[in-house]
Amino acid sequence: MPRLSNDNLTLAAEIISRYPRPKSALIPLLHLAQEQDGHLTDEAMTHIAELVGVTPVEVLGTASFYEMFKMEPVGRYVVNICTNISCQLRGGEELLEHAEHTLGIRPGQTTSDGLFTIEDVECIAACTEAPCLQVNYRYFHQIDHAGFDRLVDDLRSGRRSDIPAHGTLAQVRQHIPADRRAGSVLPEDDAMPVWIVAAGEGDA
Amino acid sequence: MSLTDTPRIITSRFDFDDSYTLERYEATGGYQALRKALGTTPAAISDEVKAASLLGRGGAGFPAGVKWGLTPADVWPRYLVVNGDESEPGTYKDRLLMERDPHQLIEGVLLACYAVGCGQAFLYVRGEMALAQERIAAALNDAYAAGYIGRNILGSDFSVDVVLTWGAGAYIVGEETALIESLEGNRGMPRLKPPYFPAAKGLYMQPTIVNNVETLSNLPWIIVNGAEAFTALGAETSRGTRMFAVSGHVKTPGVFEVEYGVTTFRDLIYSPSCAGGILGDRSLKAFIPGGASAPWFFEEHLDLPLEKVTVDRAGSMLGSGAVVVMDETTDAVKACLRVVRFFARESCGKCTPCREGTTWLEQILQRILDGYGRPTDLDLLLDVSDNISPGIAWPPKQTTICPLGPSAVSPIASALTRFRPEFQARIAQAEQARLSVPVAFPKAATHA
Repeated sequence: MPRLSNDNLTLAAEIISRYPRPKSALIPLLHLAQEQDGHLTDEAMTHIAELVGVTPVEVLGTASFYEMFKMEPVGRYVVNICTNISCQLRGGEELLEHAEHTLGIRPGQTTSDGLFTIEDVECIAACTEAPCLQVNYRYFHQIDHAGFDRLVDDLRSGRRSDIPAHGTLAQVRQHIPADRRAGSVLPEDDAMPVWIVAAGEGDA
Repeated sequence: MSLTDTPRIITSRFDFDDSYTLERYEATGGYQALRKALGTTPAAISDEVKAASLLGRGGAGFPAGVKWGLTPADVWPRYLVVNGDESEPGTYKDRLLMERDPHQLIEGVLLACYAVGCGQAFLYVRGEMALAQERIAAALNDAYAAGYIGRNILGSDFSVDVVLTWGAGAYIVGEETALIESLEGNRGMPRLKPPYFPAAKGLYMQPTIVNNVETLSNLPWIIVNGAEAFTALGAETSRGTRMFAVSGHVKTPGVFEVEYGVTTFRDLIYSPSCAGGILGDRSLKAFIPGGASAPWFFEEHLDLPLEKVTVDRAGSMLGSGAVVVMDETTDAVKACLRVVRFFARESCGKCTPCREGTTWLEQILQRILDGYGRPTDLDLLLDVSDNISPGIAWPPKQTTICPLGPSAVSPIASALTRFRPEFQARIAQAEQARLSVPVAFPKAATHA
């Protein structure tokens, strides 16, 4: 379904309402679209443009800047292998090479069964656990070649149900109950905050 | 104070399996600082943070209390943006804080908003950190339900919404103005400072405080225990404790909360309660003291304390608290290239010296590594570097809007200064290879 589903439209409205300006919801909505379809479609980006009040090309302009947004279909599991300095020193490049040989693809490519895409990524903030990788942005620390083979095997055989398909990030969403909301502060709301006034701090 | 005696200011809950839950947070003194703050004035909180001399723990080390004071008087509204976009190579601490103690961070956010008068806060988490996003979402939901966030917090007149928001994969977005651009729905390209200092003109051109995750995580302890307790630790320009990640060729790589300012690099790298020394007891070749942007240090720097001014004067920086250790087996050309390649890939493209310069630096280094280096390449590397960072000085000058470009110069300056023979050897090998190619076709003496 290329445009956002009804459920996602409801979520989108909730997300937009949390920001003072609708355009600030652009990246969160792109993530939502990618979660729905596995990658970003032109139709989804056009729909998002309507929702936040910009042109489709502005949406593409933002989306194309960020690594996580995939404009073409990817595998069910996107395997990000870090080769930056801390991982390079502990065998990260060799791990990537092993992944390429094992899966028969180069970084950026997807296996013909549609299961795996590998990426050669920059630092994923697990440096003391090198070498490391992510599968759909879930961490796997201190992975040796045998560990990689086991992981691939588990994913192929469906033994790992804890990793959702590419596109889904957090599986818990923020929801702000209506009765607890303080409300978005618009840039035009130029009154001094109530608690600052109360403290008599006019020139804080 | 010995390494093992250091009070755990920000990692105190890490040993609990349920460290990220509201139950554990409340059972271990959580939200006491918030209650205390609500019983005093915002200015009192700001004063306490200033007195604590809490330096920013993101990379620049700018004092948080001073940053808060830079907001122009009587300009409203103000926003708070939490920088959870940890991406500096070698750095691993903010992710731990977000995953394992999200409530501590949330309480820090609330304290900052209360003190500065921020009506809304955005907790920007790196896009690639799915679990951190999950833990923070759950913690925010629980904290809202318990009345710690939102309208009329704990029955007071302090109201603020804390909105979880996401990155989508871009190192440069860790730069505060680029982060603000991203939060406005744009490509993450930095803004020129001045005039776009966030405290003056930030999110939607309003005064905005951008603080790092670890910086904010220190606030609850400081408010509960007092600035004096904080300044009792560390050295004059580096108070409190700090998390350092030690990675690379060490026996027990890990993240250690140690006393700031007095602990030395030798302690971090060699102490059995930290990284335990070099793998195989080999010798140290070089180490990066503060993330990929930092010039390299060597054996003679091991006894320097993790203290801001000392390290700055010695020609590098503590940066993001990332110590990367390279032993004698390290290929200096390869290591240098990998760091430069990172910056080339992550350049946002806005400024010509960085966009073009880092690309050329990477290509030149790659051809040296691949065996096609030219004798003029080393001077060329320095010339390109000089165009990005005039004089290749420390602290760096920049011809660019942000420091990413000059950061790419750090590994080149370090590696060429100390390990020039390795580069020259590869270039000499390339020369040899070119000269030794046999002539396949004899030169024609004449041609009709």
